[in-house]
This record gives sequence, structure tokens and C-alpha cells, in this order.
Amino acid sequence: MGLFLDFNPFDNLLCILLGISFTVWFTLLLVFIIVPAIFGVSFGIRQLYMKTLLKIFEWATHRIERGAKDNNHLLYKPYSNAIIAKEPTSLEEEIKEIRRSGSNRDLDHASEFEMSDIFYFCRQGVESIMDDEVTKRFSAEELESWNLLTRSNYNFQHISLRLTVLWGLGVVIRYGFLLPLRVTLAFTGVGLLVVLTSIIGFLPNGRMKNFLSEQVHLMCYRICVRALTAIITYHDSENKPKNGGICVANHTSPIDVIILASDGCYAMVGQIHGGLMGVIQKSMVKACPHIWFERSEVKDRHLVAKRLSDHVEDKTKLPILIFPEGTCINNTSVMMFKKGSFEIGSTVYPVAIKYDPRFGDAFWNSSQFGMVNYLLRMMSSWAIVCSVWYLPPMTREEGEDAVQFANRVKAAIARQGGLVDLLWDGGLKRGKVKDTFKEEQQKLYSKMLAGQDSILPTFQAVF
Amino acid sequence: MGSRASTLLREEEIEEIKKETGFSHSQITRLYSRFTSLDKGENGTLSREDFQRIPELAINPLGDRIINAFFPEGEDQVNFRGFMRTLAHFRPIEDNEKNKDPIASEPLNSRSNKLLFAFRLYDLDRDDKISRDELLQVLRMMVGVNISDEQLGSIADRTIQEADQNGDNSISFNEFIKVGNFLIFCIFGNMNYYLT
Repeated sequence: MGLFLDFNPFDNLLCILLGISFTVWFTLLLVFIIVPAIFGVSFGIRQLYMKTLLKIFEWATHRIERGAKDNNHLLYKPYSNAIIAKEPTSLEEEIKEIRRSGSNRDLDHASEFEMSDIFYFCRQGVESIMDDEVTKRFSAEELESWNLLTRSNYNFQHISLRLTVLWGLGVVIRYGFLLPLRVTLAFTGVGLLVVLTSIIGFLPNGRMKNFLSEQVHLMCYRICVRALTAIITYHDSENKPKNGGICVANHTSPIDVIILASDGCYAMVGQIHGGLMGVIQKSMVKACPHIWFERSEVKDRHLVAKRLSDHVEDKTKLPILIFPEGTCINNTSVMMFKKGSFEIGSTVYPVAIKYDPRFGDAFWNSSQFGMVNYLLRMMSSWAIVCSVWYLPPMTREEGEDAVQFANRVKAAIARQGGLVDLLWDGGLKRGKVKDTFKEEQQKLYSKMLAGQDSILPTFQAVF
Repeated sequence: MGSRASTLLREEEIEEIKKETGFSHSQITRLYSRFTSLDKGENGTLSREDFQRIPELAINPLGDRIINAFFPEGEDQVNFRGFMRTLAHFRPIEDNEKNKDPIASEPLNSRSNKLLFAFRLYDLDRDDKISRDELLQVLRMMVGVNISDEQLGSIADRTIQEADQNGDNSISFNEFIKVGNFLIFCIFGNMNYYLT
């Protein structure tokens, strides 16, 4: 009997303790995270966190380098540092150079084939095997310094006790404390979004509905931002997109949407998915007009263009958010913009997004990770730090076609974000390159053989 | 300090490759990193498809021939050693190598090995002769559809006429060396490596 009595108060005590800690936990959550999210203010906790982390990373990198030197190991350097020096020259110049330096003959009369001509193509080919501009954009950027995540460092060996302890501590903090916190917030954010937008959907159309919908969207995205511990710096907010315009940005991951939408209200464009995504999409569109396409409609370019231009003409509707690259690129470059959104003829508001890879790589390599896996990786890294620049609006000029306009916008975004401006198509991630490019090279060479010396100026820029 | 290498390269292997090809330690590790990033199947070898995934190579008119040069006779996979051996042809000849022991086996990036590499791009059937057909094939690859058969034929005939010395209507390796501007193969057969 005595034993029996002993357990009961103990059990009660345990329950009480659990209850108290849950309450404290949720109060802290509410006060420090959710309430600021609703009002859009910040305590500056994340900034402090970021500075502390940077100091620790510097120390860790220093320690690894010292350790490697002591043990005489050579560290793998990321191959993104070029191994060959490529000089940009044109096909014509180089072949002439090859012929000139070897031949004793007068060059002007012999603009025919020389057996040594193949060496131009040979060298180009082997250079591209050693290092090319495109394939490295589809995998995560490799870092010089270590950020205490083993996923970004295969050099990790036991160098010093202190370093291993630090890393172990990092794991405990990230998986034991940060991850559960972030997952809770994520569920809260998404849950609130679905519930509140569905409720707002019942209101009659009008200013009240729009206002409430904007507030709800902003609040939920802000909670999601905190769920990822995203530390975002917005620049030039006076250029923020306005109604009736199209906002274009470079694409690195699905998180881009959350980052932009937590600072302004946009109409999203996309394909309707099934599952949880589909539920979110359907409830969002009840509150304000987003543009969702069925899978079959996506192929019909005219339909897509019509819906987009109808939306843009209605000045009461929010600006459209589009990612013209069409796929995720690893944030070191900007690839070809698809011209569809530039044909519509409204004002384009370019936005450049640049992530700081030191804290956690945001690039989504969809062939390597699925969405859920990706989100878990995001939530278990230290933070997502990025900068967003709102660039001044651009419109299509006289005599400029959609492709040229798209390239102009792309160049502006690349310049601002410090990214490499590439003309290659992001679709090369999955698909083959078009034969037309090879045919252009062949045409150039043929002109040399056949004796015509005309150079097409646009080609110089491409090749 | 990341590397996609799932199996790291061992020091002994690096030393062997260094001896065979003449690349430096860090060049080898960097190229290994490149090799593994091209190896989508992660089985330690590259197939022709792995090479063709490089867009800049896919649009090269001689792309297929260059890819072929990496694969030994009749094989469909190339490992890292083979990869390096082929790339070694394009390593610049350094000064300290010129005075090397002449009895030692010829380095991969010697003049004649570079020329042999170029010769083999033409000579598909490896009979040590470039026939008119083989020359036409390469010409057609380089010009596409932009030049007529007759014109291309006459270019080929002219080239063989200039080069052929023993009258067999094809170009042997020795004739190739004489007509194919010797010096420039040496200059343009080199990549400008960053010295590390």
C-alpha cells in the first residue's frame, strides 16, 4: 500500500512539470516569434545569432587548415576554381591564328581547309571536358570555409578534440532544439494560412477582403520565414512591385517564394499539385486571385499568356510573381529567361536574390533530394541568409523583341546579385542541348572555308 | 573544402598518376573532383553519355570524335586513370622535361604523341592512314550542311594532293607530320593551366 501511494504524487508531479514546460515553451514561442511576425517587427535575435555563428565558423576553418598542415594532408579544393585559363576568342580568330603561326604561305590566298584546323575544335572540346560553364550550375556550390555541417565537407577527419566537440554540440543544437522548433513553426504557419484564407474566402469581394487577405498572407509567410530562420536583407524597397506589373526573379529554391512574399503581396503562378501543396493552393486562391494552372493547360502557351495578361490588365489585382528560368539554379549564375512573361507587355519589376552559402545552402537539387528531404535539410542547417534587391522597373523598348528584353532584364539581375550571366538554358539540367547551336558553329566554320569573311556580330557575344 | 568523391583518391594512386602523366598533385585532385561530378552513376567510370551531358561539348562539331579518344578500343567505360591519360596529351611541355633522359619512355604530352592524338581524330579505323573517305567524314562533321558534296570533295582532293608523297592517295602519319604545321600543334596542343 505504501508503495502504491508513493507513485501517485510522483506521477502528478511529472504531469505538472510537463504541463508547465509546454506552457512556457508556447508562451515564449508566441511572444518572441509569432507576435512579431504578425506585426512585422523584429527583436534582432537573428542578427546576433548570425554574427556569433560567423565567428565560430572562422575559428573552425582556421583549425582545420592548421590541423591539415600539421598532419601533412592536402585538402581537396573545390573544382569550381578554374584549372584552365580560358581566353574568350572567336572561332575565326583562333583558326586564323593557328594557320598563321605555322604556315609560310601568304594567308590571303589560302582561306581553304588546313589539316590543323581540327585543333581548334579539339582544344575547345577538351577544355569543356575539364571545366564547363553549365554543368556546375546544377549542383551545390562548394565552400572554402567550413560551416560545421558535415554535409558540406568531406574532408572531415578527426583533427582536434575541440573541433569534434564543437561539431557534436552543433548537431545537438541543430537537431535537438532548432529542428523541432522550426517544424512546429512551419506547421503553425501553414496551418494558419490554410484556415484563415478559407475563412476569408467567405467574405464578399471588396476592399475589406483584400486588406484582410494581404495581412493574413504576410503574417503566415513571416512565420514561415522564422520557421527557416531566414535572415533577409531587403534593399531598395522603393522599387517594390506594384499592381498590374510582373515581378521576375532568379530561382534557386522554392523558398524564394516565401522570401519575397513575406515582404510584399504577390499573385502566384504555378501548376496545381496534389496532396498538401494542392490543399494550400486551393485555399489561398479563395482569399485572393492567384493563377493556378491544371497540368494540361500548362502546355498551351496561348492560354497561359491570355490568363497572365488578363490578370495584369486588372489594376486591382496583385503583381504576378514569376521565375523565368523555369528551374532551380545553384545561385552562382543566372540562366536563360523564358520569353513568355516578357511578351505580355506590362512593366517588369526585376528582383535579384543572392543567398549567403556560409550558413546553409539553399539550392534545391531536385534530382538529388525530394521536397520533404530538402525542407528537412533546410530546417536543420544553421540559417538561411540572403539579400534581396528590388531593381528599378523596366519596360520593353521600341524595336526590342521579347528575347532581347528578357536578356536585358537578366543582365540587370545578374549584375546586381553578383552572378554570372549565362545564355544557356536552365532546361539543360534535364534535357539535351538543341542541335541549332552545333549548326551555328558549323556555319561559322563553313564561311571560313568557302572564302566569305563575314562575321556575325551577335555570335561573338554568344561564343 | 567539399568534394563529391564518394571514394577518395588514395595517395599511392595520385603518385602513380603523377608519374605517368606529369600533372601536379593539386591538378590531379581537382580533375578527380571534376571526374566524380561528371560520373552521375557513381560507379567510378564515365560512359559516353556522361560526356555528352556537357552542353559545350555536345555542340562541338567534333564532339563525338573527341569523346571517342577517351575510350580504348571497343570499350564503353573509362576510369579515372584512362581519363587522366588522355587529358595528359594536352599538358604543356615544361622546360625541365626537355632535357630528360632520352632512354626513358616518351611522356604523354610529347610532340609526337600530341600529333598522334590529332592523327587519330581523322583515322577512325586505326589503319595508320587517313583515306579520302576519312578526311571527307571529318570535313563533313565540321561544316555541317553548309557546303556541297562537290566542293567538299575538291577540298579533300586538294589536301591529299598536297600532303601525299608516296602516291597512295592517303595520308600516313609521317606525311601528316610534315604537312600539319608541326610547331603550332605544340603551342595549340596545350591548355593554359593555372600553375599550382
